[in-house]
Amino acid sequence: MSILVNKKSRVVVQGITGGEGTFHTQQMIAYGTKIVAGVTPGKGGIQYNGNDEYPFKRPVPVFNTVADAVREEGADVSIIFVPAAFAAEAVMEAAEAGVQLIVTITEGIPIRDMVKVKEYLLRTGTRMIGPNCPGIITPGECKLGIMPGFIHRPGKVGIISRSGTLTYEAVWQVSELGMGQSTCIGIGGDPIIGTQFIDALKLFREDDATDAVIMIGEIGGSAEEEAADYVRKHFNKPVVGFIAGRTAPPGRRMGHAGAIISGGKGTAVEKMKAMKKAGIHVVESPAMIGRMVYSLVGKKSSKKTFVVSRGTAASRSKRKK
Amino acid sequence: MKIHEYQGKEILRKFGVPVPQGSVAFSVDEAVAAAKSLGGSVWVVKAQIHAGGRGKGGGVKVAKSIEEVRQYATQILGMRLVTHQTGPEGKIVKRLLIEQGISIARELYLGITLDRVRSQNVVMASSEGGVEIEKIAAESPEKILKEAVNPTIGLRDFQARKLAFGLGLSGDALKNAVKFLQALYRAYEETDASLAEINPLVITTEGQVIALDAKMNFDDNALFRHPDILAMRDLDEEEPLEIEASKYNLNYIKLDGNVGCMVNGAGLAMGTMDIIKLAGGEPANFLDVGGGANVTTVSNGFKIILSDKNVKAVLINIFGGIVRCDRVANGVVEAAKNVHVTVPVVVRLEGTNAKEAREILANSGLNFAVASSLEDAAEKVTKAIRH
Repeated sequence: MSILVNKKSRVVVQGITGGEGTFHTQQMIAYGTKIVAGVTPGKGGIQYNGNDEYPFKRPVPVFNTVADAVREEGADVSIIFVPAAFAAEAVMEAAEAGVQLIVTITEGIPIRDMVKVKEYLLRTGTRMIGPNCPGIITPGECKLGIMPGFIHRPGKVGIISRSGTLTYEAVWQVSELGMGQSTCIGIGGDPIIGTQFIDALKLFREDDATDAVIMIGEIGGSAEEEAADYVRKHFNKPVVGFIAGRTAPPGRRMGHAGAIISGGKGTAVEKMKAMKKAGIHVVESPAMIGRMVYSLVGKKSSKKTFVVSRGTAASRSKRKK
Repeated sequence: MKIHEYQGKEILRKFGVPVPQGSVAFSVDEAVAAAKSLGGSVWVVKAQIHAGGRGKGGGVKVAKSIEEVRQYATQILGMRLVTHQTGPEGKIVKRLLIEQGISIARELYLGITLDRVRSQNVVMASSEGGVEIEKIAAESPEKILKEAVNPTIGLRDFQARKLAFGLGLSGDALKNAVKFLQALYRAYEETDASLAEINPLVITTEGQVIALDAKMNFDDNALFRHPDILAMRDLDEEEPLEIEASKYNLNYIKLDGNVGCMVNGAGLAMGTMDIIKLAGGEPANFLDVGGGANVTTVSNGFKIILSDKNVKAVLINIFGGIVRCDRVANGVVEAAKNVHVTVPVVVRLEGTNAKEAREILANSGLNFAVASSLEDAAEKVTKAIRH
């Protein structure tokens, strides 16, 4: 088990013939992701094989619209590599076409566009991950994004993160310690994102294959505080947390559009405090993420065949405290 | 992106938001000429810098004669204005706004910004004009009235009325406030602003509603749609090294420490700063070189970091995922040869082909300390600054 994506996911790539779209489609196909279609308006009807630099293992049929891709190939998940100015349009098209999950990789989408997209998705009931994110991966089954596939191992640790490379860092540490990941979600670094920490936590709560969750936040907004409140009230598995940006100055945007301390709110210290209060195992250093997870569920999660019920995981973490 | 008050008022004027008559002045003579052409008997001389708290810092003066306009303009132009938002080093005032005086009956607060929790814009109003909204939020949050705006239907008149009634307005002032709110929201929405703050919003003795101050910030991601706003960027307000870095497409923010760092990815860059601090050092900067850490980006990164004379050591932390570490290592070696690097450099490369990368660095003949983990990197680099 896993959350949101697995080997059955039928993926359409929006913006498949662009530079980013081509390269990452090649990588996703190589990983084993079931890419069933691509969309580039005006190029419908071709079988796309990648380009000279990044040839695909097999051709992918290209359609003019997402609706065509859904009808002809049964696509149920979309991944978007469309440039920022047109990305909001691409999301709405995918939602309208009826895909269940949209992963928006594109960085730099105007906030005004995202406000409208978010409202629109409420009407269609479509889940979106991102934008400005590395995507989602269920190791060994489906890589839907730009993350390096090889660092992941199938396993029982769920990861939710606002950052890209910091997620890879956590994945690497988990894998190096002999554990693996159930599903890793990069929720994105923008102020408006489709899937929040809480949404992902709710899914991991119901996933039998997840023993523990790593939550990697950063300065800005209050999503981590809200997630901490949810963990305290409803979450039944150990959570390890890290917040990046303790040394970030207020009022400055630290790379990500959403990473800014405004009006004294959204500081790392505040977030860490809220998370600790909720019983989350907060590490001060990003180098400690893997070891902290290992200390909580390591022995169990490094043996993939040994399944322990949820109740046991929760009571065990309580005993540790 | 931030702009000056006078620029914000120019934008608001275009959208029909009432603002005082006034004009910008870059010299004392221009200030005097501006006051003369405005006419009247009271003028306000306002320092134009990208920071709040100008009044308290001595950057805003009321002049009762042309002679006083000259006197205050002379005083403020060129002064180092220190406010709670500028930091102790302050900012040199290079522009003034000369405005006509207004007879104020009440001072209120009005602001529009994004509510991240709701993913909607929110209009905030408060009867506590002239006070920082963060202060009101902390001390008496019940005094802040809020209306969230549905993006499909926009700000409705009933919402504007609710806010105006809530502020205790009636008669002409109420009608004018509703019109003001609608015009301000239109300005916010159509310019892709991320903040439109009118503090204070004043009700004149005649019942007019006027923006006495105006602070507008814009969504950087949307500037491609607004070349006119982009043209308002004032490079004097920005850190020279950051301007330089932006020319190379590098995301650099200067800090006060002595350990320079170069990282791929914003989250990991912040995490690296944090771990330097934990190891007892002080980060000198935030620098995200992005996904493709190649010879050019690393060379430019070195140039920018080393231009900061406080930097005593550099930590390069790259997680090579799709970009292979051996390529990054070759880039680092070549860049270090291109740029004359005089301080100790600690390199931590992890991910694809990390082992080959470490060998490349070790055999380069250059003075790199190769770190085996994040912690090791932070310890090595803070040790380097102590020696």
